[in-house]
Amino acid sequence: MLKGSQTWVFENKPTIISAATVVGPFEGQGPLADDFDVIHEELLIGQDSWEKAEKALVEEAGELAIKKAGLSKEDINFYIGGDLMNQIISNSFAARTLGIPYIGIFGACSTSMESLALAALMVNSNAANYVLASACSHNAGAEKQFRYPTEYGSQKPPTAQFTVTGAGSAVVAKGGKGPKITSATIGRVVDMGLKDPFNMGAAMAPAALDTIRAHLREMELQPDYYDLIVTGDLSKVGYAIALELFEKHDLPIKKDKYVDCGMLIYDYDKQEVFAGGSGCACSAVVTYGHLLKRLQKGEFNRILAVATGALMSPLSFQQGESIPCIAHAVALERGEG
Amino acid sequence: MANKKNQKLTPTQQEYQKLAKKAEPPRPVLANCLRAFLAGGTICLIGQAVQTAFIKWGGFNKQNAGNPTVAVMIILSTILTCLGVYDKIAQWAGAGSAVPVTGFANTMSSSALEHKSEGMVYGVGGRMFEVAGPVIVYGTVAAFIIGILHWLFNPSIGGGF
Repeated sequence: MLKGSQTWVFENKPTIISAATVVGPFEGQGPLADDFDVIHEELLIGQDSWEKAEKALVEEAGELAIKKAGLSKEDINFYIGGDLMNQIISNSFAARTLGIPYIGIFGACSTSMESLALAALMVNSNAANYVLASACSHNAGAEKQFRYPTEYGSQKPPTAQFTVTGAGSAVVAKGGKGPKITSATIGRVVDMGLKDPFNMGAAMAPAALDTIRAHLREMELQPDYYDLIVTGDLSKVGYAIALELFEKHDLPIKKDKYVDCGMLIYDYDKQEVFAGGSGCACSAVVTYGHLLKRLQKGEFNRILAVATGALMSPLSFQQGESIPCIAHAVALERGEG
Repeated sequence: MANKKNQKLTPTQQEYQKLAKKAEPPRPVLANCLRAFLAGGTICLIGQAVQTAFIKWGGFNKQNAGNPTVAVMIILSTILTCLGVYDKIAQWAGAGSAVPVTGFANTMSSSALEHKSEGMVYGVGGRMFEVAGPVIVYGTVAAFIIGILHWLFNPSIGGGF
């Protein structure tokens, strides 16, 4: 179970028996469109506010994941989810609809792997048979809450990131077909004193490094044990910094075995997304939609998914606080089926 | 307190911030200036054309043509905001679309649109000045100070020293 001081080893190999991804129109125009289960044509998802739209996304992803697992809501013991909205309303309101015993969590954009790690822990320790893990975000909802009204004309710098509209859900079970969750490392909060909310990649990169180092140290592994290391939403700016940090700390992680979800989801040439994608949904839909498929196809045997989060609020930023960041790592292995 | 503490960065933080600064793609300042000049100029040119039209065909003179001109520019900006175009223009134009009266109309209408979901009173009514509020407050404060200076230094009104 506990290995080192912050890593869990799951000896019972909890399995992701199904995963579902639902995205907005802009993500549907990106290079990963074929990997998503549902692509919505309009940003409001048939609702009358951005907040309700985000809730609709995560509701749909959760229901679809349960359906794909061949289960019903009653079979799921717990639902662990979180998002970026104040008081995590998207997931809490979706939990109201789903009626599954619910644990709401907040890890900003690291929520996807935080919820998956907790789900695996519960299943591994026999605290649950089936756990649903979800994360979601909405571009306009995040803009409204953290920045300016969506239609407000302000120029964004090249370091800014574009919040992904979407939701990703996974059903974790004791056995069965699908990718196995072998271990997870819970990250510490790392704050390098950066304050620019338009440069989250740079703020979050040290947190990713800290968690990756802790994971490798406690698991007594070399980076090449994993066929792919993926960070959540560092995007172009944070990705370049992360590579530099790996080198500085003598971690042999090179470009060919390291990717970032925020750089995979959009087409930089055709879509104006500045440094790249971000948001809870970024790592959720890319990992659950794209990477798990590649893992199961046999392109990789082992992936280390490291979701990064910036734990600030619009208020803390206005009060001049720096941006505390976190990263959680989950190790995934190809399973049968 | 927390602010002051944060300002004292540890050597590791300082070192990292240097690294992060180096990795930051620079803002295209020169291109932004040029775009702001072109976009701002174009908006003002349109405004001038509207004003001239009011004087030529609307029966206004140079002194009172300003008000209907501003009204037209506000309506144009609001329509573009509602169509979801103004923010796209602004990403290209930067300060060029923020400074003129159209930018102000955009702050008001975009806030009103965004908060429509919270109702007409607390949403639209309460949040409409969310972005524009500081401009009005400090615009009034600045006008007050300028007014006092005007009074002090104008011989025909105040002391005139």
